[in-house]
Formats: sequence, C-alpha cells, structure tokens
Amino acid sequence: MTSGSIPSQPPPPATVIQPTHGLRFLDVRDLLHFRELAGFLAWRDIKVRYKQTAIGVLWVVLQPLLLMLAFWLFFGRLARMDQTTGGVPYPLFALAGLLPWQLFSRILNDSGNSLVTNQRLITKIYFPRLLVPLSTVLATLPDFGVGLLLLGAALAFFQVLPGATILFLPLFTLLLLLAALGIGFWLAALNTEYRDVMYAMPFLAQFWMFVTPVVYPAALVPERFRWLLGFNPMAGVVEGFRWCLFGGPAPWALFALSTAVALALLISGTFWFRWRERTFIDTLGG
Amino acid sequence: MNQELVIKAENVGKRYQLGGRVRYKALRDTLTDLFTSPFRVFRPHSRPFADTPDFWALQDVSFEVKRGEVVGIIGRNGAGKSTLLKILSRITEPTTGRIELHGRVGSLLEVGTGFHPELTGRENIFLNGAILGMKRAEIRRKFDEIVAFAEIEKFLDTPVKHYSSGMYMRLAFSVAAHLEPEILLVDEVLAVGDAEFQEKCLGKMSEVAHAGRTVLFVSHNMSAVQRLCTRGLLLDRGGICFDGPAPEAIRRYLQPSGKEAEKSSRLEWTPRLARYPFHEVVRLKWFRIVDETGAIVDNRLLFNSHQYRALIDADLMQGDARLIFGLSFYDSESHLLLFGTSNHDAGLINFGNRPPGSIQLSMPIPRNLFWNRSYEVELCCCLHYTGWVLSPENESRLAFDFFRDDDLDPYSNPTRAGYLAPVIPWTVKAHASEAE
Repeated sequence: MTSGSIPSQPPPPATVIQPTHGLRFLDVRDLLHFRELAGFLAWRDIKVRYKQTAIGVLWVVLQPLLLMLAFWLFFGRLARMDQTTGGVPYPLFALAGLLPWQLFSRILNDSGNSLVTNQRLITKIYFPRLLVPLSTVLATLPDFGVGLLLLGAALAFFQVLPGATILFLPLFTLLLLLAALGIGFWLAALNTEYRDVMYAMPFLAQFWMFVTPVVYPAALVPERFRWLLGFNPMAGVVEGFRWCLFGGPAPWALFALSTAVALALLISGTFWFRWRERTFIDTLGG
Repeated sequence: MNQELVIKAENVGKRYQLGGRVRYKALRDTLTDLFTSPFRVFRPHSRPFADTPDFWALQDVSFEVKRGEVVGIIGRNGAGKSTLLKILSRITEPTTGRIELHGRVGSLLEVGTGFHPELTGRENIFLNGAILGMKRAEIRRKFDEIVAFAEIEKFLDTPVKHYSSGMYMRLAFSVAAHLEPEILLVDEVLAVGDAEFQEKCLGKMSEVAHAGRTVLFVSHNMSAVQRLCTRGLLLDRGGICFDGPAPEAIRRYLQPSGKEAEKSSRLEWTPRLARYPFHEVVRLKWFRIVDETGAIVDNRLLFNSHQYRALIDADLMQGDARLIFGLSFYDSESHLLLFGTSNHDAGLINFGNRPPGSIQLSMPIPRNLFWNRSYEVELCCCLHYTGWVLSPENESRLAFDFFRDDDLDPYSNPTRAGYLAPVIPWTVKAHASEAE
C-alpha cells in the first residue's frame, strides 16, 4: 500500500461486470446496500412536493375531503347510492373507498413516470433502478397517513365505531402497495421505451376507478359473480377497507383472488423491470 | 501490494442501434413481434429491429489498472471514452466482454447529479452524498469539511436555485470530492467553472491520487491530464490505439498521424461547425499562418529571414468588450513556451464599441526568437471572466518547423540547447580597479 490513508479493511469482493443473460429477479444484497438512498429519494420527493404552493400540506386533507363531498352530493344524494351502502353514511362509505383509491392512483402515476423524471440521475450514476419506483411509493405514505387521520375524524363525526376487524387494515394497505408496486414496475419500464404510457396513464387510472367499487358498493354486483371482481386487486382492497371499518360478512373468495392477482403483478412486474433494466438506460440516453 | 490489479477489462464491447426509431419505438411493433415470434422478446439482447444498423461505441477493449495508478482516458469526441466510463460505473451493461473491479467504485460523471433546485445547500449535501454512495453517518462526519471546501457557509440554508453558478459548482464538486472510493471514475468535470475553481478541483484530485487511490480520468484538457495522470489511454473509434505514459498519449492525441498529418502541413485551421457551434458574440472562421505575400504556408517551414503573420478571421456577431483572442506557442512536447493575447500586447484591442461584421486579427510571428526546432501555435478565444469560445489545448494547433536561416555567426550551434533563442546583447568589461 502506497500510503496509510486508506482505512484498513478486508478487501472488498470483486465486482464483475459482464453482459447478463436470461431472466433476473431481485438482487437483495444490492438493494440492501442502497436502502438509505431509497429513503433519501422519498424524502426529496416529500420535501419538494408542496413547495411554492400557497396552502401547502392542506392539499393532503382538501383533496379527499372535497372529493368526498362531491361524491356524496352527486352519487349519494342525486344517484341515490346512499340507499345501497348497508346503513353506512354515504360520505364515510365514499371516503373509505377514496383513500385507498387515491393512494393507488398516486403510486401508479408517480412510479410510472419515475424513471423518466429521474432520467438525469439514472443515466449518470449507478444504483439499483428498482429503488426509483420504490421510493415514489415511500413518498406517498405520509399523505396517506394524513388521510387516515381524516378518516378517523369522519368516523368520530358520524359516530361509527369500527370492530376488531380494523386490525386487518394494515394487511389490506400492504395488499394495495404490492399491487400498485407491481403495476408501477410494469409502467415505469414500459414508459422508458414507449411514451404512449405517459398519455395512457391518466385514462387508465380513470377507467380503473370505474371498475373498482369506489363510489358504489360491490354488493351491486350479483353475489354469484361478485368474487370475479377480485381479478381487479383494487376491488379486494376497497372492499377490504370497508370490511375492516364497517364489518359485515367477509368476501373471502374476493380477497383471495385479489391477493393472488396482486402477487402475480408484483412478481411479473419485477421480472419485467429487471429484464428491461438492461437496455432502458441506452433508450433514455443522456 | 503496489502491483495489485484493481481493474481488469477483457474484450469489452458496447453496441448501440442507430436510427430514430430506437428511441421511441411504437408499441404496436413489439406487440406484432410478440405474436409473430412470442419467445424472441425474452431472448437476451433480443433485437426487435434487426434491420436497424449497429454501431459499436466500444469494441475489443482490454486493459488492466493497478492500485494507485492515475489513468487519463483521452480521445476525440465519439471515441468511446464516456461509454467506457458508463460501463465501468455500471450505468450501462457491456454487450460483450468482462470487467473485474476490486474495491469500492465512485463515479463522478457529472457535477451535481441529483441536486434539486428547491432544496437547500444542506439538504442537497445529504441527498447528493447518498446518491454518490455515501452512508448518512459518513456524510455527517464530512459535512463541515464539505461546506468549508465549497465556501458556502452563509448560504447553507438557502435553496440552491438561488445560488450563483459558481457556488453551485463548488458545492457539487465538494460533495463528490469527499467521496472516498478506492476507484474513482471522473468524466470531464473540469469543463465547467472558472479558472480558480478548476485549479481547486485539480488540487483536490491530485490529493486523491496521491492518497493511493486509483483514478480514471476522462478529459479534453490535456494540461490537466498531464498534471494528474501517470498513464494515458488513447481511444479512437471505440478501440484503444495507445496505452502508455501519459505524455506520449497526449502527444499522439494532439498530433494525429497519417492522412491528417499530411493535411496539417498547410498551416490553416477551420473549425468544424459540429464541434464549435454558433456563439452569440463571435464566430471563428479560420486561423492561418501566412507569409509576406499573404499566402498560407503549406510546407510547415518558417524561416527567420521572413516575416510571417498569424491571421485570425472571424465574424463579430455583437460588440463585446470581454472578447479576447490569444495565441499560445508550444514546443513539440506540448510545453507552453509563450502566450499572448489581443488585450495585452496589442494596446488593448477593444471589441466593445465595434459594429458587428467580419473582422481579421493579425499578429506578426516574432523573429529572432525560435530556434531550429519544431513548434506548435494554437488559437484560443474567450469572453473575459465569462467563458471560453475556444479553450486552450484545442484542435486548432498548427505545427511548424523553424529555421534560423539568417544566423550567420560562425560559432553558432545549429542544435543549440533551449527552445527559445532571443538575441540577447551580452557585454563584458575589464575591472580597472584590479591593477591598483
């Protein structure tokens, strides 16, 4: 050693760079090594999100609140949906669907665009690319937390006390994250090659909301076919949220199908992402 | 321990596909592919566009680097330098070959990667540090050092969007400079910033190099390469065309052989528009050495008995008092011998009150100064304290041989030592007082 300035430590294992072949799943060691970076990227997104806005963080509360009121007025009062909620006040019913839905569509949008918006970064420095869509998920969580507080306030306002089923709420949140992340991986990688994705995404989110029982209860679908809604993982999540908060019979078949579909999306999304990772840097340029 | 290999690259190649469709191919093409040959999509490096031409940015590149070496990677634009760094820093995968790296790699392909304009200096130090691969604790430990080096103490809590570009660059470089990897990859970071900043960066980099770290340094700035590097890797069209001592690599880079050398016996340089695009103040047209009749010298030989002139022709787009032209004279090993500018020696030529239009500068090549050797003269041009129009160590160099043909002194040595031979009047006198 030419000088003593390099701290003595065991020689690090060699890094081998060569063309990889075939399908790759997760490189867990690599992800763990860069875990702090995921936090930093999320922290950056959170820090920057409400800069230069007049009311700042109030947006987090206003968005679901205003939507809830609009839904209550148009779907609840005018379309008489409030007769179908099984006794739950319609604003509360709508909010319980809106919160997970907004989180989902936010993740879809943010992670789908994440590679393109972070183009400068990923063409100049190496870190596991999966961290990019992953960190956008982390960045959405504080807003969701605030949303939950709003939900708590609404529960208190309407004097609805959830039962023990509320303990399952974290599980359904996890289900939501897995499904959103899976689709986010697909969209993010596709977006680097096909900018069509960027234009399709808002439309996709809108369409998806209508096939998800957000403004209407799943009970509108005949019971025999209701479990089929589970092919849409968000149906499982939204129904799950309502079951956690308002109780009632649990649609287990629907939950199981949604979970299976979410896992399939996550695993296929990860494979797809890792597969495209090889070339999307060259496509992004920079 | 000194001989330990830290980088071993074997037959590394990188292929890109050319053509506009590669960037944004239509979804339907892939869908069609998917149905016509459903499994091809999942083949490694499948090529959905077999008909698009290939371009090998790198091909068959093999080299080894030992611990503590400082290697300059030089070559013209498009020679593959940046691609090589991108592969070494794992940003992109090679198409062929294999590289082994021993040690933590830090790469600095751009100053300020990941800086966010809305975040404060303090916040950006942490963010950028994490992006460059530092742990939170490590950044905290070096925080004061980083701030001190960047000289931004007073603005730590100001969003960097309010920083001057100088402060921004200093902060960005400072974070990167305090990364302590065993292998440091640096790409052209010195291309920005003022002279003082560049000096500071170079100082810091040589510090890093002397601490026994391995550095791979891509630059167009030959004096920086010369100062920092012990070894030079000259790339040309995707391959290594020279690997050896840095000065030799630099010489080969600056003196293209073969056809180009033949061409350069005509002492004229015309900028290629692609490389020196439109500048809002001045547009250089050509730079020539001409004889008394105004003809371009075309055998690279200058005689001391003749009066030659360097002519610079340019279009002035707008009058600007900051505009300065300079000429540098080098010896054949690229040591700077002389430097003169239009605002120092010419009685302050001021372009500030000059109407736009075609201009021509003329400078006599000094007589009774050069000896029977090879020299090079190079044009540079800048806006004072603002930026380069044509920075030093550029491709405008014209190489010439000088002949002191009118030196009639019978005692003169045609191979006398030293590169410059001004006529200096010596005198001698006897000490009268010694007799007393």
